[in-house]
Amino acid sequence: MMYGFHWDLSNPLAFAWSILPIILIGLTVTVEATILGFIVSLIIGLALALLRRTHTRWVAWPTAVVIEFIRDTPLIVQLFFLYYVLPQFGILLPAFLTGALALGIQYSAYMSEVYRAGLDAVPHGQLEAATALNLSRTRMYVSIIIPQAIPRILPAMGNYLVSMIKDTPVLSVVTVLEMLGLARIIGDRTFRYLVPLTLVGAIFLILSMTASAGVRRLERALPKSGILLR
Amino acid sequence: MTDTQDPIIKFSDVTKRFGDLVVLDHFDFEVNLGEKVALIGPSGSGKSTVLRILMTLETIQEGQIELDGIPYREPGGHGPFHASAKHLHNIRSRVGMVFQGFNLFPHMSVLRNITEAPVVVLGLSKREAKERAMQLLEMVGLADKADAFPTQLSGGQKQRVAIARALAMRPRVMLFDEPTSALDPELVGEVQEVIRGLAHEHDLTMLLVTHEMRFAREIADRVCFFDKGRIVEQGPPAEVMVNPQEERTQNFLAPYLADRQAGV
Amino acid sequence: MTGTALLPPLLAGAKITAELTIASTFIGAVLAFAAGIARGTGGRLIRLIAAVYIEIFRGTSLLVQLFWLYYALPLLGPSIGPFTTGVLALSLNIGAYGAEVVRGSILAVARAQHEAAIALNFSRRQRLWHIVLPQALPEMMPPLGNLAVQNLKDTSLVSMITIADLTFHAQNLRNLTLDTVPIYSLTLLLYFAMALILMACMRGLERWVRIGGSPARS
Repeated sequence: MMYGFHWDLSNPLAFAWSILPIILIGLTVTVEATILGFIVSLIIGLALALLRRTHTRWVAWPTAVVIEFIRDTPLIVQLFFLYYVLPQFGILLPAFLTGALALGIQYSAYMSEVYRAGLDAVPHGQLEAATALNLSRTRMYVSIIIPQAIPRILPAMGNYLVSMIKDTPVLSVVTVLEMLGLARIIGDRTFRYLVPLTLVGAIFLILSMTASAGVRRLERALPKSGILLR
Repeated sequence: MTDTQDPIIKFSDVTKRFGDLVVLDHFDFEVNLGEKVALIGPSGSGKSTVLRILMTLETIQEGQIELDGIPYREPGGHGPFHASAKHLHNIRSRVGMVFQGFNLFPHMSVLRNITEAPVVVLGLSKREAKERAMQLLEMVGLADKADAFPTQLSGGQKQRVAIARALAMRPRVMLFDEPTSALDPELVGEVQEVIRGLAHEHDLTMLLVTHEMRFAREIADRVCFFDKGRIVEQGPPAEVMVNPQEERTQNFLAPYLADRQAGV
Repeated sequence: MTGTALLPPLLAGAKITAELTIASTFIGAVLAFAAGIARGTGGRLIRLIAAVYIEIFRGTSLLVQLFWLYYALPLLGPSIGPFTTGVLALSLNIGAYGAEVVRGSILAVARAQHEAAIALNFSRRQRLWHIVLPQALPEMMPPLGNLAVQNLKDTSLVSMITIADLTFHAQNLRNLTLDTVPIYSLTLLLYFAMALILMACMRGLERWVRIGGSPARS
């Protein structure tokens, strides 16, 4: 994909400037993988959290083990597992989708904890009050529990989103050409690695600091008492 | 007590502000060596701030403070206190403080709470520090609790340990910042008993911020009534607390005076 | 190829993984304390240096840091091998995260404790070592334990710079045998087992730290 591109090797700054357009293409892949992975983690994480909360012990307990297992094993190995094992079962996904899926699965374990902590943080008295008012179970979740849990859940999710951005370079090991993958290819072609790698590092720094600042603003903006759903 | 000696504590025209809030307003105050002074008055009147300033826990915006003839600010001194670490060390070595919330070190035994500063700060040997600590624990009636941890003590016991801890540094001035306010009523007596004992020490200067009027009257040589960052009225307790001249003092003391008349 | 034949090379890799984890967790802990204390209590310049270190290593990606050091360090001298590079990158990364934990726990020690220590005339340094850190230490142990597990997982990335750790061996075996399901299942299980052992160790350490501050000591 890089034929026709010219890099200016006269000095580091000129070099960085000349490769910036390519790296920014990688940035779009980084951002897409993060967003897709985030959505996957929200969905699987919720499923895990709900299974973990069931009163059936033979469902809740194995779910706990699965969560622990996903959380305590490396993303890169999980990624290799999916990348090489899924095709054996006839599931052929593009590397990008496999990468985003792996990212999402790894973080689903963290997200399930976020959901759990958020729901558990709603005081028990609130549930008793809802029961005393004779609210239905759905009604109780919609009007009482979820509105109070959201202000606790959102900032934690935001922090994991920031971590996910920084984990996307792992996807380069299965040929996903995000920023790091492109930087390494440029390095291979020019035998100059530090400039592209420093550039990528700088972009990550800007990205994660901006995102963290966003999370902090969100945290401050959210009402501590809960938000109305409708 | 009130001879013509130089005061050990001297505030001259001190102003202390928290943002826009004036806590001490051109405040003048002197205490003589060995004097026992009770500071009374409504919450937020600045009495605790006087103690915290003396302990160098708060800075001031204007004015001068002297302790033992040493000015708090050094000429050309840096930092919020306009004083070097060495100078602050010198001042702090003369002052001890007992806090409303005890502030014991939760990770240390009672004995270690008392010996730590003498060993670390004064350089006493562990044996000397322990002897000193055991004497003090004896004095506050807690020799049997030397190996206990703060969480295992009642509030009254904690405060007695805190008093022993402060005394172990041999301060010339002891500051008591509402020492019994955080205690259950039945535990107030044991702490007051210890402070009462200290009031007999001729050379120990004591400043006591309290809401216990009866206790203030009992141990103080002088009572200072604070309101809005100034001393409104002061004098021997037999005068100020029995026959206050100022209206604000009268209002503040009204419940106490009513109690006394009713013979409670 | 059966599981029993897969196991020896994977175990050899696991040994390297364990060594990497131990070395970088230890060095990372030293960095975490140094940078965390510096950022929480140091003078202005020291605080700035610590903050820059922490933000750079928390704000960029570990894999980027790893490659950067992999290509940058040889410029300083040819003697630095990949293992040293790997340990350095992991330590610097986990040290930056740990520093925030250390700083947070130091700041969480109540103001009243500082005031009591000032009233007893402890110097700044004495307050830190005798009063603040002993109280902060037990509080920081659980998050530091999580970071140690994170660090174990992170070691898997060093396979990318040719260190023959567990992940590297798994990749090698796949190239040889294509037996992907048993290879990666076994690899994940080995990581999981090491994580469980590490967590047990960290819990033991946590308990030891807590006991260190109770009756036995005085």
